[in-house]
Amino acid sequence: MMRRMALKREWIHGWLLLLPAMVFLFAFTHIPAITTFINSFYSTPRGKRAAKFIGTANYERMFDDPVFWQVLWNNIWFAVGTIPLSIGLAIVMALWVNEKMIGRSFLRMAFFTPTVLPLIAVANIWMFFYTPGFGLFDQLRSGLFGLPSTNYLGSPDTALNAIIVVTVWKEAGFFMIFYLAALQAMPVSLKEAAQIEGANRWTIFWRITFPMLMPTTLFVTVNAVINSFRLVDHIFILTDGGPDNASALLLFYIYETAFRFWETGYGATLTVALLALLSLLAIGQFFFFDKKVHYK
Amino acid sequence: MTNAPLTTVDGRAITLQSVSKIWGDSRAVDDLSIEVPAGTFTALLGPSGCGKSTTLRMIAGLESVDEGRIRIGDEEVNERAPSKRDLSMVFQSYALFPHLSVAENIVFGLKVRRVSRADRDARLNRVADLLGLSALLERKPAQLSGGQQQRVALGRAIIGEKPVCLMDEPLSNLDAKLRQEMRTEIRALQQQLGFTMVYVTHDQVEAITMADQVVLLNKGRLEQAATPRDLYERPATPFSARFVGTPPMNLIPASALKPLAQADTLLIGVRPEALILDPKGPITAKVKTVEYHGADTLAECSINSEPMQVRLSGGSVVTAGDTVSFGFAAEALHVFDVMQNCRRDDLLPEIGAMLCS
Ligand SMILES: Nc1ncnc2c1ncn2[C@@H]1O[C@H](COP(=O)(O)OP(=O)(O)OP(=O)(O)O)[C@@H](O)[C@H]1O
Ligand SMILES: [Mg+2]
Repeated sequence: MMRRMALKREWIHGWLLLLPAMVFLFAFTHIPAITTFINSFYSTPRGKRAAKFIGTANYERMFDDPVFWQVLWNNIWFAVGTIPLSIGLAIVMALWVNEKMIGRSFLRMAFFTPTVLPLIAVANIWMFFYTPGFGLFDQLRSGLFGLPSTNYLGSPDTALNAIIVVTVWKEAGFFMIFYLAALQAMPVSLKEAAQIEGANRWTIFWRITFPMLMPTTLFVTVNAVINSFRLVDHIFILTDGGPDNASALLLFYIYETAFRFWETGYGATLTVALLALLSLLAIGQFFFFDKKVHYK
Repeated sequence: MTNAPLTTVDGRAITLQSVSKIWGDSRAVDDLSIEVPAGTFTALLGPSGCGKSTTLRMIAGLESVDEGRIRIGDEEVNERAPSKRDLSMVFQSYALFPHLSVAENIVFGLKVRRVSRADRDARLNRVADLLGLSALLERKPAQLSGGQQQRVALGRAIIGEKPVCLMDEPLSNLDAKLRQEMRTEIRALQQQLGFTMVYVTHDQVEAITMADQVVLLNKGRLEQAATPRDLYERPATPFSARFVGTPPMNLIPASALKPLAQADTLLIGVRPEALILDPKGPITAKVKTVEYHGADTLAECSINSEPMQVRLSGGSVVTAGDTVSFGFAAEALHVFDVMQNCRRDDLLPEIGAMLCS
């Protein structure tokens, strides 16, 4: 009897301790997610007309929506353009600043700076690079090669790529920190053992260092994928999705739909699509990497 | 394990000529000259921080040589990269590649050097047989015990059939019993395959039992390079005398002994096991503590506040508080000069005559 009482008290105690965190988690994550899912089956309420259940009409609309497919395609291109490039750059930078040399801490700081800069500052810097006619790139183009000025952010062919460049620039430094930490945790004797066995730097990197960085690569890739579907702020400042949706990404389109055109029902549907996509990617990545990563 | 056929190699001699390693203002290795004859087993012995690892790493090429020259075989290798020195090395931490299987770890070097697959597999089988690793080849290092990991590291070192093998305290992570076994195994392997071995250890028993030559270092300097027998029987310096042997040799200032009261720069060395109870003996000491060990008894004594240890055979009885006289045979006497830090064999007959009857 006594034991059961005590056990029950412990239980209550435990749940009470969990309560504050649970309240916030439910109030701000789970309930909105469920509400969004429910809303995606309702029409958008307008004026006196309340939202009414319309079944999968929103989803049908989505599959027929050319803009949805365009931003989805943009987003895939954006992910493919940013992720390998920023990870590759991060590894190269990490390897570089992991070497013993003078000015190492300065270099580390320099590489990390883009990550800590506020977005407005980043955008301003790149505006200065990209401005047609006066921007750094155009100055170089006309100064060195006598080429005509271009509007990187304003033309549909280059707008998304211009944003990719900015994103890589901002993210590579951040990912570098993770790789640097992993490199520093790696025993030097492994490299020395490989050296004695006759491996050159190239072999050491591909046969030892890179495989041992796999857990970091998994972590960074998952983050990078999620980031690539979460990014909106750069777009607001640099292109506002234009021209003609050429640089709009999925989340940006959701924002526009829900909060510029106030189509909240359709916005909810798009959000559900985004969430489904992200979960699928996360699960897929873990399965894909599983065999290659866990050597312990 | 010794019946598997494995190719023997021609060991190469290693010579260090006045080698130094300087870090900031400290000399980790100072003017060190040693000769390691081809195909022999040399142990680098010394207390922690005396520069053993640094010396070994300079031979391997993992550390640059600040002064002096290192030769392997007939060639000077000072400026040569580790991979070009034709040697193998076993690290204290084993340095196994955690993401590779045992088999891949062992053949890593062969793969790097593009040895053909058939040759690789044949050699892998031989080495795995030799080291009893055949059943473990598919495992990852994390799934092995310490002793098994040690064997994998050993396998990686011998599969390349290099003329020189370097080991840095390879047994220090193993328990006492396994260490004993591996000691014998490594020594047998070295003799069977014929490579030149330089083996770092801070354990004098390991050095004495395994090596053809023991190089004793102290604070980066050479104390003595000799065969284990010479090191034990004719230590060249007071440091060597105290470092080798358990319990260590007693070094008694000559002035504490009546017949030698004026010779104040000399130390008289007698091993604890050489002392015998002798009422007419020259050493009179007060017994402070007595430890009974079964086969023998260890007595902690003092002569005018100088400590002295005595190991007496099981039968002899002394009691704490007694004042006892000890004697020893003339052959057990060592004489050292403190000022010149050396052994004084020239004084042995004279002092022997005074102390031993
Ligand atoms: N990278 C380094 N930088 C500066 N000093 C070093 C470095 N490596 C070693 N030392 C110093 O050199 C001396 C010799 O070091 P070493 O590692 O050779 O000692 P050791 O004999 O192997 O000792 P142990 O038995 O503890 O391994 C030590 O005083 C150590 O502090
Ligand atoms: Mg060491």
